[in-house]
Amino acid sequence: MKNLAWIVVVAGVLVVSPVSAQKWQPTRPVTLVVPAATGGGADQMARFIQGIVTKHNLMSRPLVVVNKAGGAGAEGFLDLKASRGDPHKLIITLSNLFTTPLATGTPFNWKDLTPVSMLALDQFVLWVNAASPYQTAGAYLNAVKAGNDRAFSMGGTGSKQEDQIITAALERLTGGKKFTYVPFAGGGAVAVQLVGAHVNSTVNNPIEAVAQWKAGNLRPLCVFDSKRSTYTAKVTTTMAWSDIPTCKEAGVNLEYQMLRGIFMSPGATPDQVAFYVDLLSKVVQTPDWKEFMAQGAFNQTGMTGPAFRKWLEGAEKLHVDLMKEAGFLAK
Amino acid sequence: MDALASLLGGFAVVLTPLNLVLMFTGIVLGVIIGVLPGLGGANGVAILLPLTFAMSPTSAIIMLSCIYWGALFGGAITSILFNIPGEPWSVATTFDGYPMAQQGRANEALTGAFTSSFVGALAGVIVITFLAPVVARFALRFGPAEFFAVQFLTFASFIGMGRGSPFKTLASMCLGFALASVGLDTVTGQLRMTFGITDLLTGFKFLTAVIGLFGLGEILSSMEAGLAFSGTDARLNLGSVFETWKKLPQYWMTSLRSCAIGCWMGITPGGATPASFMSYGLAKRFGKEGYKLGTGQLEGVVAAETAAHAAGTAALLPMITLGIPGSPTAAVLLGGLLIWGLQPGPLLFVEQKEFVWGLIASMYLGNLAGFIIVLSCVPLFAAILRVPFSIIAPTIMVVCAVGAYTVNNAMFDIRLVLVFGAVGYVFNKLSYPLAPLVLALVLGDMAESSFRQAMLLSQGSLSIFWSNALVGSIVTLGIILLIWPLLAWLFERPWVVKPAIQLSGSRGGER
Repeated sequence: MKNLAWIVVVAGVLVVSPVSAQKWQPTRPVTLVVPAATGGGADQMARFIQGIVTKHNLMSRPLVVVNKAGGAGAEGFLDLKASRGDPHKLIITLSNLFTTPLATGTPFNWKDLTPVSMLALDQFVLWVNAASPYQTAGAYLNAVKAGNDRAFSMGGTGSKQEDQIITAALERLTGGKKFTYVPFAGGGAVAVQLVGAHVNSTVNNPIEAVAQWKAGNLRPLCVFDSKRSTYTAKVTTTMAWSDIPTCKEAGVNLEYQMLRGIFMSPGATPDQVAFYVDLLSKVVQTPDWKEFMAQGAFNQTGMTGPAFRKWLEGAEKLHVDLMKEAGFLAK
Repeated sequence: MDALASLLGGFAVVLTPLNLVLMFTGIVLGVIIGVLPGLGGANGVAILLPLTFAMSPTSAIIMLSCIYWGALFGGAITSILFNIPGEPWSVATTFDGYPMAQQGRANEALTGAFTSSFVGALAGVIVITFLAPVVARFALRFGPAEFFAVQFLTFASFIGMGRGSPFKTLASMCLGFALASVGLDTVTGQLRMTFGITDLLTGFKFLTAVIGLFGLGEILSSMEAGLAFSGTDARLNLGSVFETWKKLPQYWMTSLRSCAIGCWMGITPGGATPASFMSYGLAKRFGKEGYKLGTGQLEGVVAAETAAHAAGTAALLPMITLGIPGSPTAAVLLGGLLIWGLQPGPLLFVEQKEFVWGLIASMYLGNLAGFIIVLSCVPLFAAILRVPFSIIAPTIMVVCAVGAYTVNNAMFDIRLVLVFGAVGYVFNKLSYPLAPLVLALVLGDMAESSFRQAMLLSQGSLSIFWSNALVGSIVTLGIILLIWPLLAWLFERPWVVKPAIQLSGSRGGER
């Protein structure tokens, strides 16, 4: 019997080994879940990735984008969490990866998913209307400090999400004076509300506000990053993204970026993760992607594996701290 | 006349064989998408977006916007034939379109709907062509208070016009508001009324409600009435198209009013759905034979469709000039612009002249092509009613189920459709109107968040609604409309004759 078992094992190895030497490949269409509505930043990026994968023929099976935006993205994350062991399901994240479970108490944590790679970090910029008198972040915050409580309004996307978290963090620097935070449905609408002077300032992502900046309707005060942007091509006649001072330079010590990353369903094997890491690295190398990054002035930091995990742990802690301080945690 | 010269340049861009083929494909796909409930213009465009990645931006937007025009046309077909609005903005089309079909006037209703759609779209494009810079600035004046004012005006113009008990209208509307508030509260970021059920996170979607309440509810009622569709004797030739055209000019006032409402709502951007409801409501109150509306009047179809299509078209203006989408489909198109390397915004008109004028030219041509295509198919569409009930009813059920599933890729929604179907049937039986429920479901959410945003900005003071001439006049107009029936009663105006026809309204006319 022992011999027979050996033969079976050997035969098995002989049969299996050529297969396992070949890398894992998707056998069905791959779904890319967007935990946000159609037309938003995450959705655009997801569809852009889908376009690149199709155009450059990077995968043998089609990539399908599905929006699951319910409950500030909780719907999408819970869907992935429930798809344990399904290697044909990916999700693109925004900050709601951290904020949604913290603010709504939805039973979900990023550790429930398998991190694949960080594609980029989305910047946040403090904007005011071009007609407003404030030329620097310092001047603006001083005005807030000197004004009445809640006299200045900040428009943002959603509630208890990244924009409001940044606003709450800014309030640490205004001597106890609060902003009136007004949540809108999408980043584009926020930018237009600022152009129409219905709010005093916003913390829009570059891509949400760039068109209005270019047209001379908005003025960027500072970028919430430790370093200035690396994009030096002129956006307006006088300024490039790299000309916007960091908030630290402007005396506002605050840093916040939004993760644009890809995760897959829980229980994925290293082989499967490796396939998607490889796929996404091909996507990121295309000229189309580079152009897209430049348009939105993304911080092109990419990470995978343990480094990515470590970054995620840090980011989660940052969100817990900021949200606890702002009183945004679900009771 | 810079605009005219640029427009001619635009036509030169569009009129290449490839673009014409793409235009035609887009229209046909769009009509199919509009007919299938659930798929919807936004989903259809989103699905096809990556395909356009390799095209030139102009060709891509021509095809995608033609899908959008096609969907706008197609939405009317199922609303009229089966009382199933494929798109939110076709709900108001069912009010008169479906009773017309039941009376054997499906071809008249369809012709009226398509023609009005075309007229509305034309009005929208003309506004875009000649007034783009002016109206773009106007849209900037819309803050939360102004948005709420517009939504309030929509409700006000619709309320009080329902026949039957006002209390039933109120009950139906409140149920709609309650359903609209399920899911995430965007202002506080908290979940509301989800009771820990994951499926409720998304809230109640318009489409699941409408497919159930209207579509399934109607089939249940038809089954009870005798396993057949009424209206099978509709004439099936193109002659009826011309006969309908002869009748249309008498509704010029309604048409004009609806164009104005549509363009305005598209630009602000209120969207096609409120536009169609508001226009229908106003036609009912001020129209030539407004009191008859709901019993199968061509005027009702004209009012709803003209406004919906004018708004749908005009909605592309804020998208191009400001980068804010006026409709969900426009939001997806906006994403497309970015993917093709174009930046929507104030400078698009300056930097991408060829693209913008190509798009505008394609609006003229696309709508004309779509109009001709759907119009020539009127007899074909009307013939669907001749298919035996035993074949068509199960088919509709399947299409409804698929449509409901497509909205969120969730089985839960199919069950929800069944529940809504039962509710729709019961509402019919007890003559509760369904329209207020649907209106509240669609607009309730938006109106609530606009109101609360305005309250945040004004620190809780209602005076924000009279803080400038624009918002003040809209709110005041809304209040006047709201108490109009009372005023009319007080002054006994001669033209507000109490309709004798009130009691003879058909069942379908109740909504």
